Amino acid sequence: MIDYTKYLRMSKLPLIWCAGCGNGIVLKSILRAIDKIGWSKDQVCMVSGIGCSSRTPGYVDFNTLHTTHGRAIAFATGVKMAKPELHVIVVTGDGDATAIGGNHYIHAARRNIDLTVVIFNNNIYGMTGGQVSPTTPVGMKASTAPYGSLEPSFNISGLAQAAGASFVARGTVYHVFQLDKLIERALLKRGFSVVEVLTPCPTAYGRRNRLGTGVDMIRWQKEHTISVQEAAKLPPEQLNDKIVTGVLTDVDRPEYMEAYQALIDNLRRK
Amino acid sequence: MQREKGPRVEVMTGNDACAEGALAAGLSFFAGYPITPSSEIAEILSYRLPQVGGKFIQMEDEIGAMGAVIGASLAGAKAMTATSGPGFSLKQENIGFAAMAEVPCVVVDVQRGGPSTGLPTLPSQMDVMQARWGTHGDHEIIALCPYSVRETFDLTVRAFNLAERYRTPVILLMDEIVAHVNEKVILPEPDEIEVYERKLPNCPPEEFLPYKFTEDDIPPMASYGTGYRFHVTGLCHDETGFPTNDPVQIDRLIRRLNRKISRHRDDIVQVAEEQLEDAEIGVVAYGATARAARQAVRLARQEGIPAGLLRPLVLWPFPDKEMRALAERVSAIIVAELNMGQVAHEVEWAVCGKVPVHRVNRVDGEPIPPELILHAIREVAR
Ligand SMILES: Cc1ncc(C[n+]2csc(CCOP(=O)(O)OP(=O)(O)O)c2C)c(N)n1
Ligand code: SF4
Repeated sequence: MIDYTKYLRMSKLPLIWCAGCGNGIVLKSILRAIDKIGWSKDQVCMVSGIGCSSRTPGYVDFNTLHTTHGRAIAFATGVKMAKPELHVIVVTGDGDATAIGGNHYIHAARRNIDLTVVIFNNNIYGMTGGQVSPTTPVGMKASTAPYGSLEPSFNISGLAQAAGASFVARGTVYHVFQLDKLIERALLKRGFSVVEVLTPCPTAYGRRNRLGTGVDMIRWQKEHTISVQEAAKLPPEQLNDKIVTGVLTDVDRPEYMEAYQALIDNLRRK
Repeated sequence: MQREKGPRVEVMTGNDACAEGALAAGLSFFAGYPITPSSEIAEILSYRLPQVGGKFIQMEDEIGAMGAVIGASLAGAKAMTATSGPGFSLKQENIGFAAMAEVPCVVVDVQRGGPSTGLPTLPSQMDVMQARWGTHGDHEIIALCPYSVRETFDLTVRAFNLAERYRTPVILLMDEIVAHVNEKVILPEPDEIEVYERKLPNCPPEEFLPYKFTEDDIPPMASYGTGYRFHVTGLCHDETGFPTNDPVQIDRLIRRLNRKISRHRDDIVQVAEEQLEDAEIGVVAYGATARAARQAVRLARQEGIPAGLLRPLVLWPFPDKEMRALAERVSAIIVAELNMGQVAHEVEWAVCGKVPVHRVNRVDGEPIPPELILHAIREVAR
């Protein structure tokens, strides 16, 4: 068992998150992964945008930066470029990363800059009270989609894969041991890495769509997800109502800061 | 890089001088998004920065560029971005963040006509008010306004020094003429250039307060990754940097953010005077328009009209005391500018009806020629 208090700013507790919210599970998973790797707190910089999930940096004793809505990856790019030795982790919501921040998300993936982005995907805008998000499934209700969302939802992991990320994985707060491993691998990957975590928001999403308590919603994850390995064995028609979890992409591509440093070294040798 | 000693004589544009001034001030990070008439600044720095071990990145948009600049500054870099009109509008959200979180950085705005995409290749001075009030919320800002290529070099260095000294974003308001005019300049030797570095904490990390109330209202600043772990947010925060809803703390913060600049206005404000000793008509102009105003004042003198020029190098904080002093000495003021009267309005407010304030404005994409200002001087002299 790790000593979480070593990483938490205890004076900032209790958390603002609602009872039954999955965000705390993701936070602990991130801390376990960092502890396992053994990075010191001074080596880690955590950056977020705005939203419930983006409050995470306030609770952890790293170098922390709570930016403007959607811009976390852009700020993180500056931190990483100015101090490449820092391990820069972005924590963000589905709305933060892929609605207002969609442009930064795809271009950081394309650049393949060495950041790890953990996306807390709760299918809704939690902080502002349950408005529709780019990941709200068709037909599900939101405060700005009272008749059910008409818009097809983003596959936000697929977006990162297509844009050039080195490592993309999807996990859930139900499969928490797997989640620890996915985050650990993402942190250790050189290049742009993404872990999309499905996490329940019983308050702004579950209640409006009658999905039960946080526990019910986590149980739903167990029943509606399937690992990449299992999915590979099944015909596509049996996967229609299933969300695939696990490592979706793990490739080696040239990393941006390494390429930039090589350019500097080259110019200075001349 | 080694080079021969002796004065560095070159022919360069204002955009060149801005890039060189930034490097002389210690620039180590630039993020931008191309837009006319500022693009050359990014182009030059994409070439020059990696040569000196600095970093350049062309981001996906201006908002991202401003965000990256703030991130880099928090990690210890001297950071800058450059843009024009519409791009400046996009940056405003994160300029506000830099003001709130007290992150030193320089934002260059080579103005172009607006509203909207307006006039990409023609001169304008329409962003004076955007520089002051473009962000939401209430904070002071520093904006500098060069009128020549050499002055662009000097004011770019000064912009960095003020940013570092006051832990604040500083805006360099250029215009298309200064940005693109070629002039012979003699640049100072590196050892003649005064470079200010941000005030670092001298306490142990566990005692560090990133937003400490100090004598001069400017908190010392640590960089990420140096053993001082701290939290930065755009929310109202207390001395520890963590969000607060306590009215007392909020009030203290907002007043300090304003005060740290307003109380040091005498150290920041800078104006140049020409032929004002015995002047009866005072001309106020800045940026490229001040070049025409100088000529107009000389021509007026040849005709026996005692005119003089007051040229603000700093537009924000506004040189209100200097304007009031001018109103004590002259019987009329003419304000010439490439907009509908953004600075004229401030001058009127500053002189408070003591003398009449006349306006010379042009908004058709053409520069104000000396004759137009001379004409106004003659009219007032009659
Ligand atoms: C520029 C801007 N637009 C809108 C908002 C309001 N806002 C705050 S959080 C949020 C959505 C957050 O949703 P998500 O990123 O999914 O995070 P969650 O709260 O669900 O964790 C919005 C729209 C803002 N703070 N800034
Ligand atoms: S609103 Fe939803 S996401 Fe936000 S804290 Fe509550 S349960 Fe969590």
